[in-house]
Amino acid sequence: MSIQQLVNGLFVGSMYAVFALGYTLVFGVLDILNLAHAAVFMAASFVALTLVEALGLSILAALPIAMVAAGLLGLVLERIAFRPLRARADSNIAGLISSLAMATILGAIAHELWGPNVTRFPFDTLPNATERLGGIVSRMQLTVIAVALVLVLALTWLVQRTRLGRELRAVAESPRAAQVVGVNVDRAIAASFFISSALGGAAGILYGLAYDVHVEMGRSVELKGLAVIIVGGMGSMPGAVIAGIALGVIETLVVAQLGGSFRDVVSFAGLFLILVLRPHGLLGAAATREA
Amino acid sequence: MEALATFYETYQSTIAYVGLNALLALSVYTTLSCGQLALGGAGFAAIGAYASALLTLRAGWPFPAVLLAAVVLPALVAVPLGLPVLRLRGVFLAIATIAFGEVVRLGIVNWDYVSGAEGLVGIPQKTGVWMIYLALALALFVLGRLRGSRWGLALEAIREDEPAARTMGIPVARYKLAMLVAGAALAGLAGALEAHFTFMVAPSGFGFEKVVHMLVFAVVGGSLVHWGPVLGAALLTLLPEILREVAPRVGLEPGPLRQLVNGVVLLLVILFLPRGLASLPLRGRARRARWVES
Amino acid sequence: MNPGPPGRSSGEAAAESNGAVLRLEDVHRSFGGVRAVAGATFAVAAGEVHGLIGPNGAGKTTLLNLVSGFLAPGAGRILLGARDAGGLPPHEVAALGVSRTFQNIRLFPDLSARDNVVVGQHLRRRASFAARLLFLPGARNEERAAQEEAERLLARVGLEDRARAHARHLSYGEQRRVEIARALASAPRLLLLDEPTAGMNPVEVEAVARLIRQVAAAGTSVLLVEHNVRLVMEVCDRLTVLHFGKVIADGAPAAVARDPAVIAAYLGDAA
Repeated sequence: MSIQQLVNGLFVGSMYAVFALGYTLVFGVLDILNLAHAAVFMAASFVALTLVEALGLSILAALPIAMVAAGLLGLVLERIAFRPLRARADSNIAGLISSLAMATILGAIAHELWGPNVTRFPFDTLPNATERLGGIVSRMQLTVIAVALVLVLALTWLVQRTRLGRELRAVAESPRAAQVVGVNVDRAIAASFFISSALGGAAGILYGLAYDVHVEMGRSVELKGLAVIIVGGMGSMPGAVIAGIALGVIETLVVAQLGGSFRDVVSFAGLFLILVLRPHGLLGAAATREA
Repeated sequence: MEALATFYETYQSTIAYVGLNALLALSVYTTLSCGQLALGGAGFAAIGAYASALLTLRAGWPFPAVLLAAVVLPALVAVPLGLPVLRLRGVFLAIATIAFGEVVRLGIVNWDYVSGAEGLVGIPQKTGVWMIYLALALALFVLGRLRGSRWGLALEAIREDEPAARTMGIPVARYKLAMLVAGAALAGLAGALEAHFTFMVAPSGFGFEKVVHMLVFAVVGGSLVHWGPVLGAALLTLLPEILREVAPRVGLEPGPLRQLVNGVVLLLVILFLPRGLASLPLRGRARRARWVES
Repeated sequence: MNPGPPGRSSGEAAAESNGAVLRLEDVHRSFGGVRAVAGATFAVAAGEVHGLIGPNGAGKTTLLNLVSGFLAPGAGRILLGARDAGGLPPHEVAALGVSRTFQNIRLFPDLSARDNVVVGQHLRRRASFAARLLFLPGARNEERAAQEEAERLLARVGLEDRARAHARHLSYGEQRRVEIARALASAPRLLLLDEPTAGMNPVEVEAVARLIRQVAAAGTSVLLVEHNVRLVMEVCDRLTVLHFGKVIADGAPAAVARDPAVIAAYLGDAA
């Protein structure tokens, strides 16, 4: 595998990883699959694009601002679509359906606001130069990898070293027990949605910088993101990162050897195999079989 | 009479689609009725649609045989799919079946014999609207007889408490598989009927959005009774047609408006009427029954 | 509809003439490192009411789960009649004539009390789906018979007037009784009752005691897990006492009550 391919794989994989981190965070804490995650991915990209194009901000400013916007959107999602369902017995299926509804609504709003066309970030948003690292790699790819790395490290620090992180882990174990020891469960859940959506938004912005921005852009990552968190293990953050990177690298290899049409087969074949052979994923611990 | 004929002419397509969507909604209902969220319907519909198209176009089979194949083939595929996958709980089953649907779609996109992403065109229109409604009526009849019967009660038992159902001797895995197979057959039939109504098939019609629509029909209509999903399908198929008239006046594109309405309806239903619209009359009856008891 | 217990073979009849409907032979089961059941051996004869008691965490429910097929034994044999039932899935164990109730009542909440009991008859129903589709009289008669039998069973537990109520609307005591009726609906050879009188008042407990004795007199064996010592003494023909997964006493209730090991186990737990 050449340096070029490796960097390409890491670059694609880091976008998958950041997206999947958000997905798995909410599942780990709430046991709910938030299918609106891809919509937030898309919306954040458009917000960043608008900030750069209409307001002339540099990407350095637009990225964090758009991430915060995505986080706020996540808070709204949680308040409208998930919190009312928490008491229900079938809350994870109902939550899935509710998130589907929100995804549809967000998609419609985005379509209205930004139109159906495919757009791109302005040419000079990111430095276009290429580096010689034993092969030709673009600075854009390296930037994306770097940003993803920073985000992963930041999230790891947050979860392992801060009080909020401890609270999130407590709620993930048992909301009731966490409440008993004084954790404000509502606030912890809201925080996890904020963080999750900020990450999803970051992935969207990175994707938009790398490729293009349009209302359907969530489609491509949506199902792959699912594959990544299942293979990595639902609720496992290291799992999401490892599986995301692995998917990016393997996809790049497969495309190089077998051609572009086989790229998507990797994620679904992997997903299927894992679900049948080892449903809790490589690093996960969630109960996946029936009683 | 004259007016009725004109009405039919103009709205034939819509009427057909209400029926087709109702069949698709029922294919999700079969597994929902025993508590399983199986979302492979788009894949099964694709298998039915493509198999029927190929048999008509390349093998010249008569239409009844084609429809039979469109029912049997997805049903056969459902067995090796269901055996491992129905052991998974809730969300994981949903994901596995979504993945199945995507695998089918990607397989078609990459298959040159069926022209990949472009799809097949020129399928003769052999589907009559009466066929769709006959199939729907049969499906509703069978599902209706299932309810309240030994097997229908067993399915409800599985939905409400699997371990307890097992202690009654109900072979849970077998019943779930049977419902998956039944759903696959319905979806395959709907796929074939649609292919021979719209002259074409293409993989883009069988993606994740398709099965989401099917799920929405079933959820909005309500999956506690067999006619619930039909109600949901009818409402959500007719609504966009009505909206298409309304949209320009409200200054919105019909596309996003339909999407918005779909989303809002689904959200309202799941938050406030989780058992779907069909539960409205049933709720009243249950409330009255409770009064009688106490 | 099939009137009686299902599936008797000659081998099973022979074993039953030895008296054992259920026999456990050195059954073991662990979870992780914890030994929940460590070498349990006892037998339940036909028509016998057999109590299974012991302090909390002694392994009683685990044992019921082993007998009913929810758990497989790590070692040892579980014999239903002559048939080795260890490791069989719950629905196959049910087909061998075993029925049970659960510690945390597991009724079907959205079904009526009557329909709950009808589900219990699942294994005894004979008519085909084709018959149901074609509205054949055989199917219709069977359905009517099933509903009538369900109502009779509900009357036996004193709930004939609650037949149409949804299970979720019944009181706790009523739900327990419906669960017993449902378990009886399959005409089992062996009925496993997991703390059936928990939360009941003395009048209800007395009614359950009477019911248990009737059921046993009609030929169904009962394996009764209970905390209510008075009930157990009154109703049981034999008692097995579990402590930390081991059988520490097995015999007539009076003898077991005097057994110093049993007294120590209970007092030790209370101390």
